[in-house]
Amino acid sequence: MATADLAWASATELAAALERGDVSSVEIAQALSKRADEVDPKINAYLERTDERALDAARAADERRSAGEARSPYDGVPVAYKDIFVTRGVTTTCGSKILERFVPPYDATVVARCEEAGLPMLGKLNMDEFAMGSSTENSAFGPTRNPWDLDAVPGGSSGGSVALVAAGGAPWAWGTDTGGSIRQPAALCGLVGMKPTYGLVSRYGMIAFASSLDQAGPITRTVTDAAALLNLAAGGDDMDSTCLKDPVPDYLEGIDRGIDGMRIGVVKEFQGEGSQPGVRARVDEALTRLEKLGATLEEVSLPSFEHGISAYYLIAPAECSSNLARYDGVRYGHRAVADDIVAMTSRTREEGFGAEVKRRIMLGTYALSAGYYEAYYGKAQKVRTLIVRDLERAYENVDLIVSPTSPTTAFKIGERTDDPLAMYLSDVYTVPVNLAGNTAISVPCGLADDGLPVGLQIIAKSLDERTMFRAAYAFEQDLGFDERPAL
Amino acid sequence: MSLDRAAVDHVARLARLDLSEEERDRMQKELTSILGHAEKIQELDLDGVPATSHALPLSNVFRPDEARPSLPQEEALANAPEAEDGRFRVPRIIEDA
Amino acid sequence: MSVREDVYETTVGLEIHVELATKSKMFCACEVSFAGEPNTRTCPVCLGLPGTLPVPNEKAVEYTMKIGLALECRIAERSLFHRKNYFYPDMPKNYQISQYDLPLCEQGHVEISGDFGTTTVGITRVHLEEDTGKSVHLGGTGRIADSDYSLEDFNRAGTPLVEIVSEPDINSAEEARVFVSELRALLESLGVSDVRMEEGSMRVDANVSVRRRGEKEYGAKVEVKNMNSIRSVGRALEYEERRQREALDAGETLVQETRHFDEKTGTTSSLRTKEFAFDYRYFPEPDLVPLEPDESWVERIRGSLPELPTARRERFASEYGLGDADIAVLTASTKTADWFEAAAAAYGGDAKKVVNWIIADLYGLLNEAGLELYEARFTPVQLAQLITMIDEGKISGKQAKLVLAGMFESGDDPEKVASDKGLQQVSDEGAISAAVDEVIAENADAADKVRSGQMNTLGFLVGQVMKKTRGRANPGMVNELLREKLSS
Ligand SMILES: [Mg+2]
Ligand SMILES: [Zn+2]
Repeated sequence: MATADLAWASATELAAALERGDVSSVEIAQALSKRADEVDPKINAYLERTDERALDAARAADERRSAGEARSPYDGVPVAYKDIFVTRGVTTTCGSKILERFVPPYDATVVARCEEAGLPMLGKLNMDEFAMGSSTENSAFGPTRNPWDLDAVPGGSSGGSVALVAAGGAPWAWGTDTGGSIRQPAALCGLVGMKPTYGLVSRYGMIAFASSLDQAGPITRTVTDAAALLNLAAGGDDMDSTCLKDPVPDYLEGIDRGIDGMRIGVVKEFQGEGSQPGVRARVDEALTRLEKLGATLEEVSLPSFEHGISAYYLIAPAECSSNLARYDGVRYGHRAVADDIVAMTSRTREEGFGAEVKRRIMLGTYALSAGYYEAYYGKAQKVRTLIVRDLERAYENVDLIVSPTSPTTAFKIGERTDDPLAMYLSDVYTVPVNLAGNTAISVPCGLADDGLPVGLQIIAKSLDERTMFRAAYAFEQDLGFDERPAL
Repeated sequence: MSLDRAAVDHVARLARLDLSEEERDRMQKELTSILGHAEKIQELDLDGVPATSHALPLSNVFRPDEARPSLPQEEALANAPEAEDGRFRVPRIIEDA
Repeated sequence: MSVREDVYETTVGLEIHVELATKSKMFCACEVSFAGEPNTRTCPVCLGLPGTLPVPNEKAVEYTMKIGLALECRIAERSLFHRKNYFYPDMPKNYQISQYDLPLCEQGHVEISGDFGTTTVGITRVHLEEDTGKSVHLGGTGRIADSDYSLEDFNRAGTPLVEIVSEPDINSAEEARVFVSELRALLESLGVSDVRMEEGSMRVDANVSVRRRGEKEYGAKVEVKNMNSIRSVGRALEYEERRQREALDAGETLVQETRHFDEKTGTTSSLRTKEFAFDYRYFPEPDLVPLEPDESWVERIRGSLPELPTARRERFASEYGLGDADIAVLTASTKTADWFEAAAAAYGGDAKKVVNWIIADLYGLLNEAGLELYEARFTPVQLAQLITMIDEGKISGKQAKLVLAGMFESGDDPEKVASDKGLQQVSDEGAISAAVDEVIAENADAADKVRSGQMNTLGFLVGQVMKKTRGRANPGMVNELLREKLSS
């Protein structure tokens, strides 16, 4: 296979080529390293590249394969990680100055499982600081750019992960999704991005933003790869009390069974205004396409969704204000110079955290503080219940719910940085899914009139990933989206 | 809902953030606008609606009481900004105020 | 002090923290141990490293239920862990995983009795949380107030900690002291903690307030900390009770504050006044799922409860017929009571004899040596052997005391001690009758007096025989033989 083909091949294609012996894992790693040399200076996807480590792992994988001891079908297919996953011996910053020199003594469960499956690690990817943002402009190490338009954001917070995969620097990458941080950037970069059911993938070693909402998920170029990568990491973990212990199915099995007779819900409240016309147009075509494929469309009403953003921007900051209290300059990370503990901690955090993180810590601290808990956090938790109920009611009549992933295509860098609220509102379609713990996927559904990718979000009830993958796969195959950024 | 400056200062202290004056001013405006948006849910009648702190059908998750090896001291201290005698060194401890 | 009929009324509520004696920590697999170099019992979880998550120790939850059941609490059907948020360098996450409005156990009570009579103290709640690390303060005098800097050791961080909160049902320092020792005995009997106040595995904080009798409102709540023994609980609260009463007498108004007890001076001094109210921002711990103990689990725990101190006391009264004073001494701790019962069982005879030897004689030696009964160098069985020797006339009661002292020194069997000290009583008829014959020969006229019925002279002859045998002859036998030989 030619280097260019290696850069653009899907993980599943690479696995097949390795199995046939058409290519070696070392050749793949070298090709991707070369590609990164070309594109990363333009997009700033990597925070740290681990080429050497990847090559060693690739060599070992090639030996295993030739010895007929491949650890998995994907043994030797490289992967890259959002820098929110801790990696033993490899600097892990979470996009923050406060962790600039933090070298973890352990591996995240997701990383450990991918290593067990033989996936060489290419490196750590840029992100909004502590995953707080929708544009990757909140990284302490500079913004990542959208391969489709270098003046535009890739979305966020998993911007480095989507930019690298969209630019052919890796077949797939791991991201995390607390309010849309996988799906929204995947949509803005023309990729597949999937948020598993809360509790399906271990959160151990995934640096916490909002514990009750965070989920790790795959960012890929094909639906098949998303299912395949999920296969490698899903399932119970003794290190995570909130990780479901039930045996997980093979997410590839029956993925091509089609959607004839499936009932798909279209959200009444998401109709009409609210999203950019170009986005609306692509999504409407997508609905027609789904019908053509044999699905029946039904309007579902999710009245509480309009409060999703409000609830989310109380719950997530509240949890983050507590989760980020550990960054105090005592045990690891940045420490400011001061002669008493209160001054030291307060300055360390002032210097170490960026504006958005401070904003959310302040918001969350306020929402939890004496006298305001009931009015804010308490009420938000109740709204969360309403959203769960809305969805349960909807699932009585439909198997899946579809919507745009993001109301707009990729916006320009700097366009929204002065208006946090406007930035928050762009999560309107994705946030409720996290609040309800459901699963959802964003699949490319063409380019808008501005030439930028649009994503279709398909939502399924908790643990119904397989139905969701079936629909996403059928749509993907029928649409045949094969555009690539001119980079 | 508007957040007065005293509240901003109180919250900044609780959160241990030594914010600059400009930051406090900006914080006051931004938090007020964000909380203003959240006002919508203040109007909802949520009496009798249970709170969802977790969309997860789990309870009683435990680990058996078994001890496993800990990190060696040098690994525990590897990321310490300052260490002394196998311990993490911190500046003089004073009461929060 | 605490004069009952005075115009003031003291109200005390106690908050007691107990470290559980589990093998591993509350939320990670690090070993729980007081030994070891600093920061050698830590892992990513208990160091609060980014990305780590807590997984609760099942044994710790069961121990907490055990404590709750022993205190007659109701075990919650649904209980949650909450985060208690505040910054402190000995707390790795800068929040403590604790419990808030849904504790595991609620509404229990303990009965205590003493000079004040018998009273019931309500238990508000028993909940489970995690302990902090330890700070060492350096520079200055080494006390936190004027130290230059501190060093943090996280070996203790994450140790399972149970918090027991009493109702304000305690009305004197003495009641508080008895309550704490009662609670300690109870916890010891459950085997869930080594309850050493000196080592800090049991920590007592008290809320003390004094008001005029009849007033509805409680007086200003003063929290007293740093009471490191049951005795200092009594001393600290007596001092604090007096201080507040005298302040009120002087017409002063008391302020809500936290005070530190000084072991040496026996006084309390203000640590902080409560103008700065803590705002802990409690919220449900999103990294953990609810605790929902079902009935079968609770019943299994209930079934595993050992005999509790109260029950044991009742049994000591009915089974051994002991009085309250003796019972109090023998049930001071489970190990003490076990030692006594082992001795009583080994002896088999009248347990009262065992009690008398322990309380009348052994405790004297123990107190001198500053030891507990179960710390004696000899075993309960050896004590039983000693008492049996007296019954069998092998030694006299007087000699037994000496033997006991010897056993206390060496830990040797009573027989060995007796013969080493040459205390074996001569009960061999041949030897004694020889001595008797000699004495009769040497004291012919005294012997005649006895023969002629002047029995009061018999005692003189017995004395002579004892002298001859250097006190080792069995007096009873000597007596019999003399009577025999002199009966005409
Ligand atoms: Mg406590
Ligand atoms: Zn640990």
